[in-house]
Amino acid sequence: MIEAELSRSVVRWCPGATGATAAAKLSGGASQETWRFDITHPDGNIGAILRRSPKGYGAAPTRAAGLAAEARLMQLAFEAGLPSPRVLHVLTPEDDLGTGFIMQRVEGETIARKILRDDEFAAARPHLARQIGGVLAGLHKLPQDRLPTLRTRSATQEIAEFERDYRSLNWPKPVFELTLRWLCNHDPGPSAETTLVHGDFRNGNLIIGAEGLRAVLDWELAHLGDPMEDLGWVCVNSWRFGEIDKPVGGFGSREELFAGYEAAGRRCDPARVKFWEVMGTLRWGIMCGGMMQRFREGPDHSMERAMIGRRASETEIDLLRLLAPRGR
Amino acid sequence: MQDEPTPIELTKAVADFLRNDITPLISGHQAFKLRVAINALDLVTRQLTLEEGNDATEVARLRTLLGVDGSVTELNRALAERIAKGEVDLATPGLAEHLWATTMDKLAVDQPNYASYKRELGREG
Repeated sequence: MIEAELSRSVVRWCPGATGATAAAKLSGGASQETWRFDITHPDGNIGAILRRSPKGYGAAPTRAAGLAAEARLMQLAFEAGLPSPRVLHVLTPEDDLGTGFIMQRVEGETIARKILRDDEFAAARPHLARQIGGVLAGLHKLPQDRLPTLRTRSATQEIAEFERDYRSLNWPKPVFELTLRWLCNHDPGPSAETTLVHGDFRNGNLIIGAEGLRAVLDWELAHLGDPMEDLGWVCVNSWRFGEIDKPVGGFGSREELFAGYEAAGRRCDPARVKFWEVMGTLRWGIMCGGMMQRFREGPDHSMERAMIGRRASETEIDLLRLLAPRGR
Repeated sequence: MQDEPTPIELTKAVADFLRNDITPLISGHQAFKLRVAINALDLVTRQLTLEEGNDATEVARLRTLLGVDGSVTELNRALAERIAKGEVDLATPGLAEHLWATTMDKLAVDQPNYASYKRELGREG
């Protein structure tokens, strides 16, 4: 049972801790798991999260930054005063828990439909687009000499990678072909500066509370690249959950996002943001195709994966709305 | 020729049974999975209802656009190749209209509640 290993671990590095309790798996693929648990402590229990690759699953997929890098980035963000969980412990072989880390649990909501509709978040919603801009600027300003080793990706490399992913699906989709041509023709070239890019900054990876953004999660796709990539990705229609006239996560306008970003001392390039929004929409569409392929080839032969394959057409209509809009 | 009821009638009957009789009995993650299952059956019902007509009009448009004949899959592959080579683009008469019509037909089967689709459907009024 994982609580035994967690208990042995926490008493070693958390002063005063007496053990671990209430462990429950929140999500888990073949190679990565997230668990919630409480550190029992005489001063009051401490809510914690374990993110790990179980023993025997050391190798991360090629795009992933790796859990050690994720822990380092979260801690850097926390130390810079950005909304990020505090990292409590990076797993060592003595923990016998695989590789990964343990972080402070931040209470709040990640489910977009609740954040966009529930009264609890009504006061936060009008401010979120601007706040997200400020937080992204803060992440992009994290000192590069303290970052872990990360891959560097330019727009040109990303186009080539998505084209390869798409062709490997053997799935003739004229709208995707048109998008690939558009991306090649509108490739903005290398960005003026290369910064840390979160890579998956969107609804689902943001913990929101009644007062606003509480924590940015999931640095799995972090890399070095064009900072405008994060601003484009957060505007992809798939993350608006029905609030299609509020491009920033269904919360607000691009202008508010840009204002928050620039108020934090960084410049926006709206043309590059649009490029990355188109790229991001295609990216999610190809990922839907990948889900279909994994459903077919196993081992995850689940209905949920199969049905995500049927969401690729959502990205096709969104791409047409971006590239060939019809009369207003 | 197969006997009746038709596949559409069968998938619809199963989906209605799950929706009306089983949903009230189930909670938690299983309830989520049940909703996904019902959505899948509803999608299959829509596809069985709409696919034949949609494919026929799609093939007719593709023939005009490409000047060749073939199955819906072959013609889509041919169009994809021509776009990839730059021989056909949004300046080509009929391409944007074809892609819009095809995509709207796909959404009518896949995700008729998707907000972008409902917005565009309203435009067609």
